[in-house]
Amino acid sequence: MSTQRRHIEAAPSPLSWLGGEGCDEGAGAPMWDTASNIEKRPLTLPSLPSKSRWGRGFKTAALASLLVILALTSFGTHAIDPLPFKDRAEEVRFQNLTRQLRCLVCQNQDLADSDAALAGDLRKQVFEMMRGGKSDDEIKQYLVARYNDFVLYDPPLKPGTWLLWFAPLAFVLAGAFALVRIVRARARAALAAEQPKPPTQDEDW
Amino acid sequence: MIKRLLPLAVFFALVGLLLFGIEWNKHHEMSEVPSPLIGKPAPEFTLPLLYDSAKSLSRKELLGAPYLLNVFGSWCPTCQDEHPILTNQIKPLGIKLVGLDWKDEPDDAKRWIAQFGNPYDVLITDRDGRAGIDFGVYMAPETFLIDAQGIVRYKRIGMFTPENIRDELLPKIAKLQQSAK
Repeated sequence: MSTQRRHIEAAPSPLSWLGGEGCDEGAGAPMWDTASNIEKRPLTLPSLPSKSRWGRGFKTAALASLLVILALTSFGTHAIDPLPFKDRAEEVRFQNLTRQLRCLVCQNQDLADSDAALAGDLRKQVFEMMRGGKSDDEIKQYLVARYNDFVLYDPPLKPGTWLLWFAPLAFVLAGAFALVRIVRARARAALAAEQPKPPTQDEDW
Repeated sequence: MIKRLLPLAVFFALVGLLLFGIEWNKHHEMSEVPSPLIGKPAPEFTLPLLYDSAKSLSRKELLGAPYLLNVFGSWCPTCQDEHPILTNQIKPLGIKLVGLDWKDEPDDAKRWIAQFGNPYDVLITDRDGRAGIDFGVYMAPETFLIDAQGIVRYKRIGMFTPENIRDELLPKIAKLQQSAK
């Protein structure tokens, strides 16, 4: 327990160590973020009872660490700041839109889901632009102009992305072509085997 | 014979492809998002000075000479790693170095500068991160090279190292000086 504890205290944000933010790896420039995480920082480990009660072996230790992890990650889910939606339709539109946008910090998370401080700023920006009467496309364009096509989960169809979009289709076609050829070759071989002459040489395969 | 060797050839082609992928990944940072701003005018900004928040600095005022805009924050450990490189290698280049304190408390930034020293010619603050969004900043440190006409010429994502200063930044600066003559 004690090593785990030290780990958590040393980490800038306990959530990042537990993978709650899922994005402190890579890039050589970890982003243990700003304001929002600092606010979260008071959230340290709940104080544990004295050692003797927890020294009952691995099972108890495992259970305890599980509980700690659950406690911390469940706090993490509250980190996404609530926005003042005026009705359900607006909220649904916001959710739909932010699910199509990628968080630049946690690059495998969408904007709706990400706990990074920048994602919070971008959500706020998207929300304000929605309120300002911008269409979904205009909001996407705004972000693409700053962060590249990369912010869109679906890359746009253009010459530079043809390979990306159509390569899977090409692979399927190549596979189908190979399959047809093999099946035909085997059918021919089977036919030949039925002929009266002795089957000394079977098929190639 | 050829037919028998075909699967083996396909296998080796696949191995080759995967090895290429590994090699390619060693030299490319997959999480780097190339900036769409390269070759385009830097976004407009007017931001308060760190040491005198009543005054501000705008994009317009910086026109006329190339400068580096270094995005940092006192909360950012990599910026701390980069700091001595700014002091020892970037500052001697003689190009104007503008520090953009991003998503940070001005007091924290002042403390940070007091502790480590000030390599910047001027420091501006972007407390709520709006200007950062306009510049497409998504981590710190990031550095933009902006020419005398206000066009973004180069962006470094992550910290400067002696290698990328030599291989990327210096050639870009040299090019700016050439075209200025």
